[in-house]
Amino acid sequence: MSLWEYANPVKFLRLSRKLRPWVTLGAVLGCSIGIVWGFFFTPEERVQGASVKIIYLHVPSALVAINAWFLMFVASLIWLIRRHHVSALAAKAAAPIGAVMTLIGLITGALWGQQTWGSWWEWDPRLTSFLILFVFYIGYIALWDAIEDPDLAADLTAILCLVGSVFAVLSRYASLFFNQGLHQDASMSVDKAENVSDVFWQPLVLSMAGFILLALALTLLRTETEIFKRRTAALIRREVH
Amino acid sequence: MKSIILRDIRLALRAGGGLGQALGFFVIFVVLVPFGIGDDQALNARLAPGLLWIGALLSALLTLERIFYADWQDGSLEVIMTSSLPLEAYVLGKMIVHWAMVMMPLVALAPVLAVLLNLEAGAYGMMLLSLFLGAPALSAIGVFAAGLTVSIQRGGLLLSLLVLPLYIPTLMFGATSVRRAAMGFEMSSSLMILAAISLASLAVLPFVTAASLRAIMR
Repeated sequence: MSLWEYANPVKFLRLSRKLRPWVTLGAVLGCSIGIVWGFFFTPEERVQGASVKIIYLHVPSALVAINAWFLMFVASLIWLIRRHHVSALAAKAAAPIGAVMTLIGLITGALWGQQTWGSWWEWDPRLTSFLILFVFYIGYIALWDAIEDPDLAADLTAILCLVGSVFAVLSRYASLFFNQGLHQDASMSVDKAENVSDVFWQPLVLSMAGFILLALALTLLRTETEIFKRRTAALIRREVH
Repeated sequence: MKSIILRDIRLALRAGGGLGQALGFFVIFVVLVPFGIGDDQALNARLAPGLLWIGALLSALLTLERIFYADWQDGSLEVIMTSSLPLEAYVLGKMIVHWAMVMMPLVALAPVLAVLLNLEAGAYGMMLLSLFLGAPALSAIGVFAAGLTVSIQRGGLLLSLLVLPLYIPTLMFGATSVRRAAMGFEMSSSLMILAAISLASLAVLPFVTAASLRAIMR
């Protein structure tokens, strides 16, 4: 029993259908409990007041935004090396989710920045690299849409994803080079003595887990849809010829 | 490979290859700046490094669409694929031709336009050097994106959507080194990174581009 068995679309569908209700349930629970707890049952922060509550949307969406790209990177590699169709379709399915999460991260960040820094936008390394990530998502989705032959589209978008990842990482370090930035550093590292205080931390972890499960549920659902779409197209082709 | 390069250079010379248009665009771009920003000489001098870099990059972008288009349309790409020449060498040849026939004239034009933008006298050498070091990266990345989009009808807009984000690191390090030179700071580190991006792009992207061309011709 190896992981590669699920490269078979039928087996993948069976597994995905079994998992999806539970993942969705976890997503609903995590998001709703985390956000409601965070919004209504945590104290206001001493300096930032109520605006600190944006953290329960901002941090989880940013987390998903990066990891959706990472998922696409791994799925593209698997497609190029082992040519499993499910993998290419999963990469295609994850892209719009990642793009929307990036946008949520940017917008909530702008709202929060307006409250605490006094400006909607700063050319800070983190903000800049997120904007660049968003542009990469748009280009990737546009390339998928522009090519009709599904295998060719999968090939070219996978190549774009790999090359794009290198340049995205490069841009991340380049933007560190050109501006020192306002954004705080990671506040939840495991190895640091001083982190976000516990009252904020517990609902945040819940809502992060909720967002990850939500992205996973949506990716599974969209991958299933892509598989069905491809089957329908094959059936139509058979009818016509 | 040599004959491919010579053929493309000859084609570029005879048909123009978009070179004249790219140079014209670069001039117009710089001429537009004072109309948009005003004729404040001090402000223009501050903006000059970034504007020259962005202008060179956008002018190069204009010429990318036709790099593989003719070869793909008239079937020479198929002939080249079945010949003994590795596809990677063909792609590298395309990069070299783009560098020599588009980027180098743009770099040569840049000092003239820098006068219009009132660039600091001390920054001229650095501007030429940074454009010279960054140009191979711009050519290599551009040829890569042209290879991705050659099979797409009216792919020009998509091409710019794909290639401009990839240009960001090159632009950032290139313009930073000119800006630092204009302010009299040390800039060897950003120049070295710029050269590294060019070398790495030239080393890796021919293989990647050849892979995408093979997928398209399959």
